[in-house]
Amino acid sequence: MSAALASLRSGRDAITGLVPGWLFAAVLLAAAVVFPYLVGSGSFLDASTQTLAYVIMALGLNIVVGFAGLLDLGYVAFYAIGAFVIGWFGSQQFPDVNGGKGIHILASDRATFQPKLSGGKLDIAGIHINFFIVIFIAMAITAMWGVLLGAPTLRLRGDYLAIVTLAFGEIVPRVFENSTSGLFGIGSTDFSHGRQGITPIDKINLPWSHDLLYSDANLKPAYWVALGMVLFTIFVNRRLRDSRLGRAWIAVREDEVAAASMGINLVRTKLWAYAIGAAFGGFAGVFLGTYNNTVNVDQFEFGFSVFILAMVIVGGMGNIWGVIVGAVALSMMNRYGLPQLNNLSEPLGFDVTAISFGIFGFFLLIMMVLRPEGLIPSGRRRLEFHEAEIEGAEDTGAVGDMSQMYEVRR
Amino acid sequence: MSDQQQSGGTAAIASSPPVGETLMDVTGVSKVFGGLVAVNDVNFVVPHKAIVSLIGPNGAGKTTFFNCLTGLYRPTTGRVNFDGSDITAKRPDLVTQAGIARTFQNIKLFRTMTATENVQVGMHPRLRSRVTGMILRTPFVRKEEKAARERAREILKFVGLKRMDELAMNLPYGDQRRLEIARALASDPKLLLLDEPTAGMNPQESEELRTLMERLRTEQDISILLIEHDMKVVMNVSDHITVLDHGEKIAEGTPQQVRQNPRVIEAYLGSQA
Repeated sequence: MSAALASLRSGRDAITGLVPGWLFAAVLLAAAVVFPYLVGSGSFLDASTQTLAYVIMALGLNIVVGFAGLLDLGYVAFYAIGAFVIGWFGSQQFPDVNGGKGIHILASDRATFQPKLSGGKLDIAGIHINFFIVIFIAMAITAMWGVLLGAPTLRLRGDYLAIVTLAFGEIVPRVFENSTSGLFGIGSTDFSHGRQGITPIDKINLPWSHDLLYSDANLKPAYWVALGMVLFTIFVNRRLRDSRLGRAWIAVREDEVAAASMGINLVRTKLWAYAIGAAFGGFAGVFLGTYNNTVNVDQFEFGFSVFILAMVIVGGMGNIWGVIVGAVALSMMNRYGLPQLNNLSEPLGFDVTAISFGIFGFFLLIMMVLRPEGLIPSGRRRLEFHEAEIEGAEDTGAVGDMSQMYEVRR
Repeated sequence: MSDQQQSGGTAAIASSPPVGETLMDVTGVSKVFGGLVAVNDVNFVVPHKAIVSLIGPNGAGKTTFFNCLTGLYRPTTGRVNFDGSDITAKRPDLVTQAGIARTFQNIKLFRTMTATENVQVGMHPRLRSRVTGMILRTPFVRKEEKAARERAREILKFVGLKRMDELAMNLPYGDQRRLEIARALASDPKLLLLDEPTAGMNPQESEELRTLMERLRTEQDISILLIEHDMKVVMNVSDHITVLDHGEKIAEGTPQQVRQNPRVIEAYLGSQA
């Protein structure tokens, strides 16, 4: 056992010993920043920008699934909530607000008024708040909903937790879809335009500028905004992982009974995981809402939750860098790889996109057979997987004995 | 911990309550699972700075009783008073915060964390960092984390665990038991519940553990409630022994009294008839 573990560890040490961590990170960051100049402003950059948003979501879900060990199959709910927040605060969805003159907070000129033929200006109706304010509003709102949706699941484990979170992922988009006459049946305001969705959405502008940050011809700034958001997400993730709360998450994941007996408040610890995980879902949701220029219920399907979860698992649950790699790999394959493949196969009369899920599933299958712990697993996870292999899973049966009897209470 | 050690005898005596005063008072605790009465109307007292033991044959309800005290089970009836407050059926984390720490019969370490990290988790309720502070890593959080790490190493040194950066799962059995105690001590308990700490230990390790318990009592003013099968340890270390059989208290007293009690002999060896 020790020999196998030692070889695993020395493999990692050999890589990290070669280049110092900060240098590696600096080179990677520099490459990420100049990346748009290398690829131009085409569909590859478009796919990369979307990928960055998925990286944020994967990192958010990683807090729930990887750190705290809570299975979540309804993560799309927070994408939906975040996207609808920018839909409400950055579009003409509420035309009657402020007597039809609209509310404009640091919005771009294009979102504020349109010039009249006679020379005057006409206010644009609806709420128009700067993107960089809305992302934080959305984080607060989704964090709150993370707590509200997390609270009923606290007594549940494993399969049951998966089913309930799956249900939430289905409920939330349906609620938005049916909010054409008041939210939750209260009032008569149209919140979503039903299946049509909200479009167009305000484009990003810097708070001190009245011009749009990017255009379809030049997507680079949008990429950089997404990159900045990813860096913020990584920063928060790392700080939390190495904190008192991060330790509590891992303790809860490993053994709830022991964690509770060490004075860890299970409810609070799990709700923090849900809240922070959800906040990043909303954070990325706002970006995707404005970037795609539409917020539409069709975007929020169950498959999306699975997609993000697959990124976390393929990359390596619990490892920030692994999750990023997983997200980039799966997202680029989905957004760029398959369409490219389709271009090749189309002349042959064969539509690859029709079987994209099949290709995807096959890839996941191979991955799980060859490397179940993910591309870059966290040290802890790797040990968990290989421990069973090495020790012949001798005592896995004994782990849950008392936890089944444990009367979880609030 | 070091404060108490350094402050010397007089200060410690002046501040600590007199030996013999009640720390935990358990009255009429029962636990029923369906039709099975696992613990039946047990009264129990733990004085300050005492080492008391709970013994009994397998299945006597000792661990169930422990779980009732620490909040893992809600007692069916009865009250648990600890250090002047009622902790009956409180949540496990609140019980720990009140000053009761425990170890587990089947070791429940956080296996993929290092020994030091395990102890730091034990410190959780004593740390005050908040989430925003953790993200911004304020000077307060930085200082607290550093102090926690140092304190964890101090505790590990106290229990005699040397491989502090080793993952818990890689530690030898005796060290895992030691680490469980260290982790429990990290919450600054007034009462330490040890559930069969010498299980699987060799005689030398058992003896080391016995010394450790004595030191905890004299140096740290911690009371210990011990479940143990090793009679040599129990008889040597305990001030007071309570015997459970079939969930009922059948005897209690000093080691000498319990050793000679006919009901205890019967429970352990079976009746002659």
